[in-house]
Amino acid sequence: MNYLQILQLAAPETVVVITALVVLAADLLALREQPVRIRFGLGAAIASVGCLLAIFLAVGRHDHVNIANGTFVVDSLTNVVKAAILGLTIFTLVLSTSSKFTEHVGEYLALILLATVGMMFLVSAEDLLMIFISLELLSLSLYVLTAFNKRNIRAAEAALKYFLFGGMAAAFTLFGMSLLYGMSGSTNLPEIAKGLAGKGLDPLLIVAIVTTVIGFGFKVAAVPFHLWAPDAYEGAPTPSAAFIATGSKVASFFILAKVMMIGFAGAEGSGVWRGFISGWMPAVAVVAALSMVLGNLTAIVQTSVKRLLAYSAIAHAGYMLLGVLANTETSQASLLFYVITYAVTTLGAFGVVQVVEEATGSDALESFAGLSRRAPVLSLCLLVFLLSLAGIPPLAGFIGKFFVFSAVVGAEAKHLGLLWLVVLAIAMSAVSFYYYLRVLKAAYVTDRTNGADGTDVIKVPVAMLAVLVVLAVLVVVMGCAPAGLMELLSGAPGH
Amino acid sequence: MLAWTIYISFAGVLVLMLLPREDARTARGVALLTAIAGFAVALFGAMQQGNPGEIATITKCAWIPSLGANYHLAADGISLTLVVLTGLAAIAGILFSWNIEKRTKEFFAFYLALIGGVYGVFLSFDLLLLFVFYELTIIPKYFLIARWGSTRKEYGAMKLALYSFVGSHLVLIGLIAAWVVAKGQLGQASLDLVELSKVQFPIGFQKWAFPLVFVGFGILAGLWPFHTWAPTGHVAAPTAGSMLLAGVVMKLGAYGCLRVAMVLFPDGAAMWSTEIATLAVIGIVYGAGVALVQKDFKFVIGYSSVSHMGFVLLGLATLNTVGLSGAVLQMFSHGIIAGLLFAVVGRMLYDRTHTRDFTELEFMGLSRKLPFAAVTFVIAGVASMGLPGFSGFVAELQVLMGAWQAFPTAAVLAGVGIVVGVAYTLRAVQRGFYADGDRTNGTHETDQHAMEPITVPERIGAAMLIATSLMIGLCPSLLLNWIEPCLNSPLFQRLLAKGGAL
Repeated sequence: MNYLQILQLAAPETVVVITALVVLAADLLALREQPVRIRFGLGAAIASVGCLLAIFLAVGRHDHVNIANGTFVVDSLTNVVKAAILGLTIFTLVLSTSSKFTEHVGEYLALILLATVGMMFLVSAEDLLMIFISLELLSLSLYVLTAFNKRNIRAAEAALKYFLFGGMAAAFTLFGMSLLYGMSGSTNLPEIAKGLAGKGLDPLLIVAIVTTVIGFGFKVAAVPFHLWAPDAYEGAPTPSAAFIATGSKVASFFILAKVMMIGFAGAEGSGVWRGFISGWMPAVAVVAALSMVLGNLTAIVQTSVKRLLAYSAIAHAGYMLLGVLANTETSQASLLFYVITYAVTTLGAFGVVQVVEEATGSDALESFAGLSRRAPVLSLCLLVFLLSLAGIPPLAGFIGKFFVFSAVVGAEAKHLGLLWLVVLAIAMSAVSFYYYLRVLKAAYVTDRTNGADGTDVIKVPVAMLAVLVVLAVLVVVMGCAPAGLMELLSGAPGH
Repeated sequence: MLAWTIYISFAGVLVLMLLPREDARTARGVALLTAIAGFAVALFGAMQQGNPGEIATITKCAWIPSLGANYHLAADGISLTLVVLTGLAAIAGILFSWNIEKRTKEFFAFYLALIGGVYGVFLSFDLLLLFVFYELTIIPKYFLIARWGSTRKEYGAMKLALYSFVGSHLVLIGLIAAWVVAKGQLGQASLDLVELSKVQFPIGFQKWAFPLVFVGFGILAGLWPFHTWAPTGHVAAPTAGSMLLAGVVMKLGAYGCLRVAMVLFPDGAAMWSTEIATLAVIGIVYGAGVALVQKDFKFVIGYSSVSHMGFVLLGLATLNTVGLSGAVLQMFSHGIIAGLLFAVVGRMLYDRTHTRDFTELEFMGLSRKLPFAAVTFVIAGVASMGLPGFSGFVAELQVLMGAWQAFPTAAVLAGVGIVVGVAYTLRAVQRGFYADGDRTNGTHETDQHAMEPITVPERIGAAMLIATSLMIGLCPSLLLNWIEPCLNSPLFQRLLAKGGAL
């Protein structure tokens, strides 16, 4: 192993890092005097080109390389996931171009790119140290992105909350990792599993499992580690919130699944109804069930659409955890399919919220009233996104749910032992239909009450509208023809 | 060929969405043309079909190989019957919405999307595909009612949407469980209806999976006590909406019960047939009884729908050929007759009088002002009562014959329901049209106004529906020749083996 080889393997990451520096430099040196809009436009354009190049480099490789004992693993699956994350980053960059909340354009865009680098390394990591470092890179960037609107006191509150919770969670993660290293003598995931094999369910191992679940549970906003999410989503600038809800989620779930499935292989236990056996599965089962129930029920009473999306994100984290829990190759692919389609959909939903927020000054449900008359295309996109989140076929959200649920039931095919979780999930997704429909009702049915005649058109920036339409089309296409993406994602991680 | 019914409908949606400006006339024209084209394709495709007892595949290609899902459209006699019904109801609904001026384009776009989904359900022979089309119909229903409806429209729409969604989610649970069990038995994933119908699901599994799926679909078929969305939804909906809800959407539920729940889980069906028959009879009698005391004209029709759909469910519960074919025939017949009843009350009456309250209608002397409406309603009423010569008679008679063999008590009680049915229909005819209440007190000025005459589209629509009901009533073999061979096909043999002869 030499450094050139590492650099070659990590070419996509390298490109993104360089792009971040270029964006920063260009903004600081050349664009200082320009209006914010132009700086955002040009900066995002440079950043997008960098990401595109990185995507191109990532999907070009098909070999499986594992260097420095799992410190950096590249195979076709990680490349697909990285490409997805980069794609989401590009969409986020475009969404941020119409923002007016900051003058530190270069810094903002560079932070987004650095967070992306964190996610990409996270995807490639199979070593505890590497996992922790990339997690921190990702998290620290996200904390700052959340606080970026200095004029908004809620952003500061949200960021502080996010940061304190995050710091605590990182401590838990680190604690769990140190225990794992102590028990197995290795930081490499497959070797940890080997080291733990045959030792039975040591109390120390149980502590390690629980602390790891807490650490990652925070990252994916699962109940009861979700408290930061609604505030962060509501307070953060919308592009930042969208980024936390999408790209970060994809990377976190990928690594969560990897740690559980590979690192804790042999300590699964069982989450079967009335047949709980200690291990990581029952822990994940409980967290998943709580997330689904609490997320959906709390979302019903929200009046801010961003908070509603936050609680819906918590609920969706519950469904996704089911994919981890099933612990089969199919469920892994189903989980990734679900997370990626969810991310695309949510990004779109946040985009619509941002446009509405800028036009009306608020993201409350009432601001959506009469949207179908004021911006027909925009509300059609919103319809697609929300119905997909609700799981209405033939949109991507439905197929994703079907994949995950069928994989979960199929994992315990003999006695249908995990059916209880799926029944709960399906019941809760019926609940979710109600609150998504409330937003759509505002957009399509309710007329505006505040004197306006409801026909004043909302001007949507062209780039924004184009991105939203592309996302909506993606949601429809991934729903109608999911076979291609599913095939790309089939293949266990790291094997 | 038949697949084009679906594509044409969705193409109509696209064309409507792309129409540049709000122009009611163009929108109507496009919608009507689309519906007529769909119906023509349905009829033509049905004629082309060789043996209605066979499942004729229209298209079949791999869709999601890892799940074993195919894009499989096919048709047998039962599908044909319901596809033709959908075509008819679609045209009639548009003719009776000719007066919609507010956001016409959007209205018809949602309307055609609903129709497309319905066609899709009736033609799908892949479970996932069927489910996709089934859920696809929920959203247009919601917006049609919430946007263009009347009395408590947002409540009615939300209730209907939530009931449908909960129902379809019960189905989804059963579907996933069945998929997993079948995968274990077949050795490969499959969602093909014909393949799955050959799988022998374990008895213990069928015992809970059958009621889950049956009730899930049954909610949309007005199964008592999950019927409460029906009256509120029908009343809240715009005329075309109620016509479609009663005419075809409730049939989606009944179709799902028969095609999915009963065919996949015949043992479960046999185990639960008594309970289903009981619920069906309660629905018949209860629906009729409640219809008898309504003050709102549209609620009478709404509850009568619950009652008539009870016959469909009773027919399904009999598990014998006569009962089942009666059930399918009743689906068709009720689709036509209920559509006509809603058209008279919702369009001919309510759009002119702006009230549906009997206490006000009584003073209007409508039989003189709207003679055409009165006559149409009388004809529809007698058809609905089950007078020989109309389609309802043949259908309900078959159901009763089937029920007589399987559940004699249920047959008798359902007979009582028919008698009550005569009572509420006559009461509605009398109070709505022929009660020249005390007009001397002169409190109601409305009766002095001339009412807008019945328009040509309304006349055409009414004539079309009456003619269809008469045609099937006088010559039921037109449809029975499609339905019966179908029931004798291998698909239904395991199910019929559980019931008695006949």
